[in-house]
Amino acid sequence: MKIHEYQAKELFSTYGIPIQRQILCTVAEDAAIAYNMLGKEEVVVKAQVLTGGRGKAGGIKLAKSDDEAVSHAYNILGMKIKDYTVNKIIITEAVNITAEFYISFVIDRNSKSVILIMSAEGGMDIEEVAAKTPEKIHRFSIDPFIGIPDYLARKFAFVLFDKIEYINQFVPILQNLYRLFINTDASLTEINPLVITDREKLIAVDAKMTFDDNALYRQPDILDLFEPTTEERIEADAKDKGFSYVHLDGEIGCMVNGAGLAMATMDMIKLYGGNPANFLDIGGSSNPQKVIEAMSLLLKHPNLKVVLINIFGGITRCDDVAVGLLKAFEEIKTDIPVIVRLTGTNEEEGRALLKGSRFKVAETMGDAVRLAVDSQ
Amino acid sequence: MSILIDKSTRLLVQGITGRDGRFHTEKMKEYGTNIVGGTSPGKGGTDVLGIPVFDTMYDAVNQTDADTSIIFVPAKFAADAIMEAADAGIKLIICISEGIPTLDVIKAHRFAQERGAMLIGPNCPGLVSPGKSLAGILPAQIFKEGNIGVISRSGTLTYEVVYHLTANGMGQSSAIGMGGDPVTGLYFRELLEMLQNDPATEGIVMIGEIGGNAEEQAAAYIKNHVTKPVVGFIAGQFAPPGKQMGHAGAIISGSSGTAADKIAAMEAAGIKVAKEPSDIPSLLKNMMK
Repeated sequence: MKIHEYQAKELFSTYGIPIQRQILCTVAEDAAIAYNMLGKEEVVVKAQVLTGGRGKAGGIKLAKSDDEAVSHAYNILGMKIKDYTVNKIIITEAVNITAEFYISFVIDRNSKSVILIMSAEGGMDIEEVAAKTPEKIHRFSIDPFIGIPDYLARKFAFVLFDKIEYINQFVPILQNLYRLFINTDASLTEINPLVITDREKLIAVDAKMTFDDNALYRQPDILDLFEPTTEERIEADAKDKGFSYVHLDGEIGCMVNGAGLAMATMDMIKLYGGNPANFLDIGGSSNPQKVIEAMSLLLKHPNLKVVLINIFGGITRCDDVAVGLLKAFEEIKTDIPVIVRLTGTNEEEGRALLKGSRFKVAETMGDAVRLAVDSQ
Repeated sequence: MSILIDKSTRLLVQGITGRDGRFHTEKMKEYGTNIVGGTSPGKGGTDVLGIPVFDTMYDAVNQTDADTSIIFVPAKFAADAIMEAADAGIKLIICISEGIPTLDVIKAHRFAQERGAMLIGPNCPGLVSPGKSLAGILPAQIFKEGNIGVISRSGTLTYEVVYHLTANGMGQSSAIGMGGDPVTGLYFRELLEMLQNDPATEGIVMIGEIGGNAEEQAAAYIKNHVTKPVVGFIAGQFAPPGKQMGHAGAIISGSSGTAADKIAAMEAAGIKVAKEPSDIPSLLKNMMK
């Protein structure tokens, strides 16, 4: 789960990480009030959307008067940045920057730990820095039972800074950012850039946080910050039913048991010239109720032309799956062609049961996908 | 031979009295797995299907001399179950539970490592050494004793592949579902090393998916250390970036973790990458000639 910059900065502030003053606006005219409240000659108007690339898209602008702030606010509110509409902006005081740094904590699969990533090349796309100049990126694995005591924080700080004034400011920022990461079950906390101002102060000028979905059950305050798009709402509702659903733009609906097999099914649809309408993993078993709920989810898709059901019968045998499918489709009202591919234990018995029913039955994944592509 | 589990494995089931624990205990017992006990705090002294239940892993290990455990407890308690098993002296811990907070897994994994225990999972189907022992939720009847090692990030996709292997007369030495989370225990590299050293394994199938770069690392390892033929498959070639595809770990982040990168790295290391799961047996047969 992602949150907006302003929300991440509010969390930063609670954890003692210095940020600029910020005022949230949803109406362009309010930018003037915000400008005057900040009482600074220069402010920055920043789009709040859950995607990167705001600057390049024109979603971040400097304003030197209340009129200019309002005019930028007009242009930015309602703007589309990578499919996301801007509904919120922040007005924040501008700072004079003398140096920029990159700091993040992230979960690292390889070391199976949280790692600290730092770079003196702040304000740039960190992936680009990593690709072009990997020597400018510093990584440190954090022991979960030790965390970041002062001695480690100082060790990390001296990698980026040499003046003790900066070390003394950076050590608590690092420790507080890590504490925030752990306390909120984050999967990423990123400051890019962390800047030194002309007054020699370290400030987080941008903030990014994402959270571990598996831990949201124990993070009610974080969950409250969730602002799903329409698609994400559908995906979250599906999750409540025990499904993993991802909305896609194609015409072939898929219902599969297991995430790996579901991905492989999507891949084969593409390989055979079709376009999947979704990714849907209905989980290990496939009882009639689950199939009914999954079908009603698929039938909501505006482009849907055909449904492909691909089930591996393992613990639940294929003949039982077939009986379940027949039962489920007694209650599902749709004329959309449905292709069923059953494989695994008792697959022949399962296919025999489906013979003469409304389903088109396929033996291999290739046959099933070809049938689906041809039935559109 | 086989890797990790065989006829000598002495298994404990953590959460044996729960619905899933009981169901799969019965299946594993039917298969011939040597289940020596189970745990469920407060239910010590009772039994499930004639298998003794203990309150703690300490009691269970003391009284049964178990070396392996499998975890079926709910996600909220599963990381703790891993630590209890490791602290009680278990050497191989298989965690089936799905949905454990990642930071808990990181702690439990580190703890297990420090206690000298190996972890498989979480969010995995477990493993089987056909004809010897099954510790997991894999459908026993699709496996057949043989010489192919199978390692995978997925569940049903593994079954699909194994089904094709068995149908083509290619049995398995061991098959391991490593789990679909971002942070899990034993992974491609460690398991490849074990399979390379296992005399009963003559060919290897590795099934990966989008997210992370473990397949790329495995490819580099194979190039330098694995002499046995390896066939691969990568799921998620057309998955949209930034979307989690069912498994918490199956996500393309920025420009990293794509199927194209993984396939390129694997092919460069001499691994044959199948386009469809059903192509795997013939590819492997050709390489093993």
